[in-house]
Amino acid sequence: MTEHHEEVDDATGTKTTGHEWDGLKELDTPAPRWWLIVWMVTIVFAIGYWVVYPAWPTISGHTGGLFGWTQYEKLKVDQAQIATRQGEYRRKFHASSFEQVAGDPQLFEFARAGGSVVFKENCAACHGAGGEGRKGYPNLNDDDWLFGGDIHQIYHTIEVGSRSTHADTHMAMMPAFGAILKRQEIDDLATYVGSMNATQPPSVAWVNGQVLFQANCVSCHGATGEGNRELGAPRLNDAIWLYGGDHETLVETITRARAGVMPTWQHRLAPDDQRMVAVYVHSLGGGE
Amino acid sequence: MTTLQPTAETVPVPAAPPRYDETILKYFTIAAMFWAIAGFAVGVLLALQMAFPAFNLEPYLTFGRVRPLHTSAVIFAFGGNILFATSYHVVQRTCQTRLYSTKMAWFHFWGYQAFILMAGLGYLFGVTQGKEYAEPEWYADLWLTVVWVVYLVNYLMTLTRRKEKHIYVANWFFLAFIVTVAILHLCNNVSLPVSVVSVKSYSLWAGVQSALIQWWYGHNAVGFFLTAGFLGMMYYYIPKQADRPVYSYRLSIIHFWSLIFIYIWAGPHHLLYTSLPDWAQTLGMTFSIMLWMPSWGGMINGMMTLSGAWHKLRDDPILQFMIIALAFYGMSTFEGPLMSIKTVNALSHYTNWTVGHVHAGALGWVAYISFGAIYYLVPHLWKKPAMFSKTLISVHLWISTVGIVLYITSMWVAGIMQGLMWRAYDEMGFLTYSFVEVVQAMHPYYIIRALGGLLFLAGGLIMAWNIWRTIHVPKPRIARKPKPALAAAQ
Repeated sequence: MTEHHEEVDDATGTKTTGHEWDGLKELDTPAPRWWLIVWMVTIVFAIGYWVVYPAWPTISGHTGGLFGWTQYEKLKVDQAQIATRQGEYRRKFHASSFEQVAGDPQLFEFARAGGSVVFKENCAACHGAGGEGRKGYPNLNDDDWLFGGDIHQIYHTIEVGSRSTHADTHMAMMPAFGAILKRQEIDDLATYVGSMNATQPPSVAWVNGQVLFQANCVSCHGATGEGNRELGAPRLNDAIWLYGGDHETLVETITRARAGVMPTWQHRLAPDDQRMVAVYVHSLGGGE
Repeated sequence: MTTLQPTAETVPVPAAPPRYDETILKYFTIAAMFWAIAGFAVGVLLALQMAFPAFNLEPYLTFGRVRPLHTSAVIFAFGGNILFATSYHVVQRTCQTRLYSTKMAWFHFWGYQAFILMAGLGYLFGVTQGKEYAEPEWYADLWLTVVWVVYLVNYLMTLTRRKEKHIYVANWFFLAFIVTVAILHLCNNVSLPVSVVSVKSYSLWAGVQSALIQWWYGHNAVGFFLTAGFLGMMYYYIPKQADRPVYSYRLSIIHFWSLIFIYIWAGPHHLLYTSLPDWAQTLGMTFSIMLWMPSWGGMINGMMTLSGAWHKLRDDPILQFMIIALAFYGMSTFEGPLMSIKTVNALSHYTNWTVGHVHAGALGWVAYISFGAIYYLVPHLWKKPAMFSKTLISVHLWISTVGIVLYITSMWVAGIMQGLMWRAYDEMGFLTYSFVEVVQAMHPYYIIRALGGLLFLAGGLIMAWNIWRTIHVPKPRIARKPKPALAAAQ
């Protein structure tokens, strides 16, 4: 570009390239040496990496690398590492019944720890991080069990769920009494259910409610409201309520009925993980 | 004295046509500023939603809908408009010519704002392709294609009218940005609408091929939209503001070609340890590492342009914006290759570290170089001697720098902690933390991040005020007599 005027920049003593755009010029400084060297190092590293690891596609596949590394092999190695850590315990747990687990303190601790992890990842979203439950989701720390609180029953519930897609799922179904009883009757019934244990009839509504209860509810909930685990009918004469024991909530429950769903975990969790979480839930405090 | 001969002042001189198209640049600049504030505000809302879920306002302002609104607003609306403003400015100045077609530029302006509205409203109503940074559905994509082709033609034709034989380096980068974004957009959005009256479409690509094309697109949106385009901006406004020649012509050639050649391969590093074949993962990682120095070439060239003029940095907040931008650019283009290394990525992937990394680049580099360019452009375009307040530029600089530092440090800590908590397992071989415990541990960092974002937004508002006062100089107040009506009322 002979028509351009090369000049020397005063501040740096470097020549310009002689081009000028809108007053902008460029110096003819060479690219920094360290910059080129580091760049070459990264290129050499990349080439080395291509030799060692699977890298370039070929007509029939790809270059495999020196040691046949694949991410699936790496996964196997990592999983094996965990398996080694859990090793003996996991095998022992697999071969042991719940009773045997309960009788072996170390194995029990192992199962509880594993169950706690499974619980926190899968169950805590509904039942709470400590299994404390919330409205519509049973508390797992208390003695109140819809479908039974011994470890086999807990395991069974985890496996089949409640009103789930499993063929053998718990299918308790209370009718919605809104279509069966009058509004006043439901109101009376709620008054009775809210304080079943009263020794003296506190009101006329309560007495009417008692009559209605005997006629409509005892077949499932029992004569004294003691519940029936075979049917999944909750016990009503204690202070534990799944949806709430205040009058308004009881009216709503009787009118519309409830049908909470727990999924089946049979295909979501490995069998031993289901068993471990059963051990964990059973150990929370309410286990029978 | 009473002669009727016209004096020199009254002779009607035929007005020379303005040398450059500048009104269109004003529009693009104002649009950029408008979308910047909108995008930052939505970002703050998102940050608050992460810290306090109650900020999710159903159904339109839930995280899932607002998130693409934020990314599109800051990248495509703010970033896009400022790239158009500066590219049209730089191409005219360095080619010493007007734009090829002013009409095409106006179509580009309004067409692009229409695209932004189409895309953004779609997100709020739940219309999305579900592809990160390519959320707009087929109808918006088609419209953008038309607008983009007009931009490309207008830019190219302006280049052909240049007075200087050589094309200035800034224009190489702008052109690489325009051409590559067009190709990326077309390839990633090939889809078939359910019907011509349906907003829904199905992608031609499926499975891992779809993922690979998506991240080839996604990463090069970073590479060519947020890097090449803004490097073009850097190559004009830094030498201009510093009044110094560009440090090295040779470096600019090598780093330009190596940057665009290597960047295009790096996408698969977004898919490490997925169903993407090992060999493609290897190439994505190694090309990312080889990209480190080509990226740094731009930083070196920009910073060293100040050789012999470092003293200017001391009291020029506009130059400070630009140089801090390069520092963040250098930092995040080192962090990127680092995070692409498989073993590092195994820890960092899916964590807040990635979010911090993106924002180091987005807030520190993209926004800062844009702020510098806007502070240069506004007095230049509106023919004012300088910005209204230099002090306010400094206040903006420091308040937003503190914001960025809070943002990225909190996300580093949160991200690395998150990665470590996810993978921690105890001596019995069980995971130590559940997912929800990790979420809980993030809470304080999410609050710090929201605070950082709030400071960045505050800086943006200060800037908008400063620009307004620069453009609109209020007439000096004339002392008036108190109005009798008012006096009576008292």
